[in-house]
Amino acid sequence: MTEPSTRTVEVNGFACRVWSKGQGPKVGFLAGFGGLPRWIPFLDKLAESRTVIAPSLPGYPGATGHTALDTHLDWILAVRQLIDKAGLAGSDLVGASVGGGFAAEVAAIFPGYVRKLVLIAPFGLFDDKEPAADPWAQRRDKVASVMCADAANWTALVAPPEGANSIEWPIEMTRASEAAARAYWPLGNTGLEKRLPLIEAPTLVLWGERDAVLPPGYAKKIAAGIDGATRVEVIPGAGHLAYLDAAEAVSRSTLAHLA
Amino acid sequence: MKLMWFHLMPYTELPDDFNKKHPSVWVDIHSSLFDPRRAHHMYNDFMDELEFAAECGFDAVCVNEHHSNGYGLMPSPNLIASSLARRTTDTALCVMGNSLALYNPPTRVAEEFAMIDCISGGRLIAGFPVGSPMDTCYAYGQNPSLLRERYLEAHDLVKKAWTEKDTFAFSGRFNQQRYVNIWPRPIQNDPHPPIWIPGGGSIETWRWCAEMDYVYCYLSYYGYKAGLTTMQGFWNEMAKLGKDRNPYRAGFLQFVGVAESRQQALDLYTEPAEYFYGRCLHVDARFALPPGYTTEATQRAGIEGMMTKAANLANPSTKAALKATNMKDIVDGGYVIIGSPDEVVEQVRHVATSLNVGHLMLLLQYGNMSKDTTKYNTRLFAEKVMPRVKDLFGDWEDQWWPKPMAKGQRASVPAFRPQLAAAE
Repeated sequence: MTEPSTRTVEVNGFACRVWSKGQGPKVGFLAGFGGLPRWIPFLDKLAESRTVIAPSLPGYPGATGHTALDTHLDWILAVRQLIDKAGLAGSDLVGASVGGGFAAEVAAIFPGYVRKLVLIAPFGLFDDKEPAADPWAQRRDKVASVMCADAANWTALVAPPEGANSIEWPIEMTRASEAAARAYWPLGNTGLEKRLPLIEAPTLVLWGERDAVLPPGYAKKIAAGIDGATRVEVIPGAGHLAYLDAAEAVSRSTLAHLA
Repeated sequence: MKLMWFHLMPYTELPDDFNKKHPSVWVDIHSSLFDPRRAHHMYNDFMDELEFAAECGFDAVCVNEHHSNGYGLMPSPNLIASSLARRTTDTALCVMGNSLALYNPPTRVAEEFAMIDCISGGRLIAGFPVGSPMDTCYAYGQNPSLLRERYLEAHDLVKKAWTEKDTFAFSGRFNQQRYVNIWPRPIQNDPHPPIWIPGGGSIETWRWCAEMDYVYCYLSYYGYKAGLTTMQGFWNEMAKLGKDRNPYRAGFLQFVGVAESRQQALDLYTEPAEYFYGRCLHVDARFALPPGYTTEATQRAGIEGMMTKAANLANPSTKAALKATNMKDIVDGGYVIIGSPDEVVEQVRHVATSLNVGHLMLLLQYGNMSKDTTKYNTRLFAEKVMPRVKDLFGDWEDQWWPKPMAKGQRASVPAFRPQLAAAE
């Protein structure tokens, strides 16, 4: 695994890191919980045939500026700017979990921005009959197994790299969780359901079979809400952050859909 | 110094196996544990106790706000305060307080506090806590990342609603009101009722209190030994900001159990104290740290502090050590001060002077303490302890105390006569 190239763009005057790697048609990636504290194997697999561009959402590792975002509209416009400045407008877009909710919004509200869309267990809905778990009310030792089917995958994502500042690293990880909370507290319900019918991009909805945050039943609901061509695939054995649990399977399905 | 009588209003009949069978006293405590008919008696006992404390001569009676909480039955402390406004005469009413971000619009707080101030003839102390994570973010669904910004804006709005003479429009980040013009207005209008801020140990809160000239209150359940570091931090910060050491800038909460002898105090107060520190503080860790609730500066100070402490050997007052649930540790840790009047006098004087706190908020009822025991504790404290500690800080002026209407100008409230009610 080689390192991606890094540049910085500004959104509302705050710096956001943009990582790129690979060759070929561009594909954007908006990460889920925890963001991207490090480059991950899933993105390497995409980078084998695509130019992967991963901008950090405000407040996620490598970015600040979540504190300037008060409403859902503020968030959506920030993500739109991020996509513009990362050079992703009109490209394929993959969004997962927290980032998946924003990818769906951008595709719905600015249809020209997304060619093909992949949503991996996106936030945005809440179903009383099948309530989502509360990702912000977990005991510390449970977080990893809520995020991933294999807890080690989450632990590896957020582990401080060698030489990391022992004070700032945990603050950065908390900030990522805060940014997600700022956008989706308390239920993750942003009323996305109302906007799903506006999505025109061909959409693949991927869901980890063992998602402990958002019940896999949400996949059908999202697919049913989108008017355009939509397909659902369940990733066997994977949890909420399926791209960490099953990098191979998720990248294969993603690339097949984007082809 | 000021001696203030604080009630948390704990549900007194949580079962013995509560901790084993239930994950949390707060947020998702099960409704089957709540018997409204028993709560009828609890509320009335608690209100009797508050009224009794006022009769005994405490400077203030204090109430506070909690939600979905088995040790705090006051989602609305204002309801209790309004009743106390009628059933007490000269005692200050300390509402400690209203969590501003939970009120929509926050002018509701300006209105209700103004009502209490009017009914009581100007005896209100207005407490503005941010509120605990359990109350605000979990029970009330407030966004932890926005909570403090909402709180600060609500504070600005409430203060302006109290002081602005003309109807005004408020265009905030979170609150938009075209016509702000509260009726009634507080009696204490020079410029407004005293504002006290209960808070944790964050430097930002200390600085803000200094800047706004508010009283900072450290309301910990862990007593004066654990509170020393925080209060020293507060006074160091005041010194840095060029503020004097007027002890009335600060408030502090302390549990006390006084009896004829230390042994009698142990006999009387062990059960209620162990009930409180065992069952009432049994809070699920899931609800402790919503992301964004703690500011990054405070996180940073906390992490650095932990490292320093680890380097300088473990400090017994770190939060990790605050787990005592048996009486010996509770007393040794200073969570509860117990003893004969002489012993309690000595300890209270030590607390007040070592922490330099002029407003001592006393918990003389805790856990499942009965009304009789509570009254005993309260009366003995008032008779045997209070007169021997009141002299402290006599040289300082308490500029943060309510300024009620003169006694002769205040309404005379007819005494409640239960015998007449019974005859009807």
